[in-house]
Amino acid sequence: MSAKQNILAKLRKSLTGTTPLADNFDEALVTEPWRYAPEQRIAQLRKLMEAVHTEIHLTTAADWPQRVAQLMRERQLPSLLIAPATAHGQQLTAYWQQCGDLPPLKAYDRPVEDWKAELFNDTPASLTGTLGAIAATGSLIVWPTPQEPRLMSLVPPVHFALLNASEIHDNFYEVQQKFSWAAGMPTNALLISGPSKTADIEQVLAYGAHGPKDLVVLILEDR
Amino acid sequence: MSTQSLIPTVEVQDDFRARAHKALGDQQLRNNFRSAMDSLMTKRAVAFSDAHEREHLRALGNAIRARALSKLPDLLEQLEQNLTRNGVKVHWAETVDEANGIVLSIIRAHEARQVIKGKSMVSEEMEMNHVLAEQGIECLESDMGEFIVQLDHEKPSHIIMPAIHKNAGQVASLFHDKLGVEYTKDVDQLIQIGRRVLREKFFEADVGVSGVNFAVAETGTLLLVENEGNGRMSTTVPPVHIAVTGIEKVVENLRDVVPLLSLLTRSALGQPITTYVNMISGPRKAEELDGPQEVHLVLLDNGRSQAFADSELRQTLNCIRCGACMNHCPVYTRIGGHTYGEVYPGPIGKIITPHMVGLAKVPDHPSASSLCGACGEVCPVKIPIPALLRRLREENVKAPDSPHQVMRGQGSKYSRKERMIWNVWTRLNTSPRLYRLFGFFATRLRQLVPSNVGPWTQNHSAPKPAARSLHELAREHLAKQDKH
Repeated sequence: MSAKQNILAKLRKSLTGTTPLADNFDEALVTEPWRYAPEQRIAQLRKLMEAVHTEIHLTTAADWPQRVAQLMRERQLPSLLIAPATAHGQQLTAYWQQCGDLPPLKAYDRPVEDWKAELFNDTPASLTGTLGAIAATGSLIVWPTPQEPRLMSLVPPVHFALLNASEIHDNFYEVQQKFSWAAGMPTNALLISGPSKTADIEQVLAYGAHGPKDLVVLILEDR
Repeated sequence: MSTQSLIPTVEVQDDFRARAHKALGDQQLRNNFRSAMDSLMTKRAVAFSDAHEREHLRALGNAIRARALSKLPDLLEQLEQNLTRNGVKVHWAETVDEANGIVLSIIRAHEARQVIKGKSMVSEEMEMNHVLAEQGIECLESDMGEFIVQLDHEKPSHIIMPAIHKNAGQVASLFHDKLGVEYTKDVDQLIQIGRRVLREKFFEADVGVSGVNFAVAETGTLLLVENEGNGRMSTTVPPVHIAVTGIEKVVENLRDVVPLLSLLTRSALGQPITTYVNMISGPRKAEELDGPQEVHLVLLDNGRSQAFADSELRQTLNCIRCGACMNHCPVYTRIGGHTYGEVYPGPIGKIITPHMVGLAKVPDHPSASSLCGACGEVCPVKIPIPALLRRLREENVKAPDSPHQVMRGQGSKYSRKERMIWNVWTRLNTSPRLYRLFGFFATRLRQLVPSNVGPWTQNHSAPKPAARSLHELAREHLAKQDKH
């Protein structure tokens, strides 16, 4: 008998004569304490995300590329990794071309194997979109795609993330239901709630453990 | 940093009592644990400020885990089907040796030399680092705490905070000695040193290994929580990802993880959520530009099916590994994690370890508790830990000829003499005539009680019966009243 058959046989034998317990999931317990008026959602998200050192800027659908350029100048970032095939990637590229004197944009447009060393050693910042956010826990929802791959939100030390204000949801349960997550999950789905951190030495909180040291969220208020 | 210098971990010496005695005398260790546990308890209390909400959520967490266990074999098969459909290869292992064999064969198939590991307690059960090192394969821990203990040839002393027994000064010396960096006690700088060393390793690694916090049967999703990003690195950068987990980690529905996640991060760290919640449902698709080409899941039994066989002990498998029981345990806080000598310390360790290694190997585990009840009170999935400890105490002294074989190593503390004394004691207390006779002689012969009564008199004065028993005094009193 295989290990699988042995394990399952043992478990089944132990359950002989029992019936599976009923599903009495009470959704009120995970939704009601975590509801916010629409006008409170940004404030709630902001409170939680700023408490863990996330930088948050309020801007608009038209102005955000300019804000990114300004933030890059302030931080003296020498380049920015973007997803060129996404709408926000194209909007940023257009703005960059129009300005002309900004640090270069890098495109994540080929398999990581082709440029892994550059990604790790020479990519100081990245910009990605988000699918929205969760006010209850202060989390961004990120579903990496072929156009905007997983490592964009992980390897570069500074991560800029765009968030539409209208896509801030109350709680994780609501997000799962509203977008039917159970019907089909992507290869990788993420909730990101701040820059990478650790308290493994003496419980002292330190930011910039293995992922981004800075998470900068641009909230587009009019979108 | 050679491979060899990272391999052996310090062997556990002596028995539990000797180790406990030594730990109690180590003031530095006690300070490190006391301050860490105090801070973790406070953080949890703040995160669950609404007791009403907390208690309802704990009840829901318990119901979800109990429901999952009530259909565990079906859910495991559903999980395997959905993961396979998603392109993940599922393996089953009854023992840690089998699990290591599976991991090794995957590594060999890729001719891999370097493995980077995110935090995984199941891989500690397997002693994976050691097994791989024997085969000339470097397996490096990437969680900061795990990295520190591996560097010092130690094992984790806490399941969430592996290096909590060390202070910054001790880490500073360790990094200075082992990594050749300048001595610094600044925690930010120490973390940046770890980041630098490990980034290189993430970059080079051929295989990434991780644990799993929840495996969702409905969607075939492996959910991992973490703050550092090393889990995402280990599961995203190397071309192969191997996840190892216990068979009990499965939940039925994706929505089930909503309350469990909240219970887990608030109980463990007092955080509303961890920095990253990483949900993995498959390897890289053809059109995707990164992520592992192969994802494997190893499902390990290692004694879990033994706990599962008994409906009371089955509750042990509710555990979501938050560590709150150890944070609140007066015994753990005083003796630290290493004293337990096994992978899982503290209250949860005392009830799960006997199933993994046999009760005979850890005979002191069930009794290393004051039964104060704190662990059961804080457990987010309501495991009745004190009741299970009492149950294991019973199993520990079960007669060898008992027809009920519950667990490996049961009866390891059985003593015929002790059993006989208890039988006599039971008889004395259940027969009124014998009891009166015993009371008469115990009071009259009270001077004969020896002054040294075994372990009792180490910390107490010897028990000395009163001159007259309460029964006798009451009878005399009533007789006097009748005269008046």
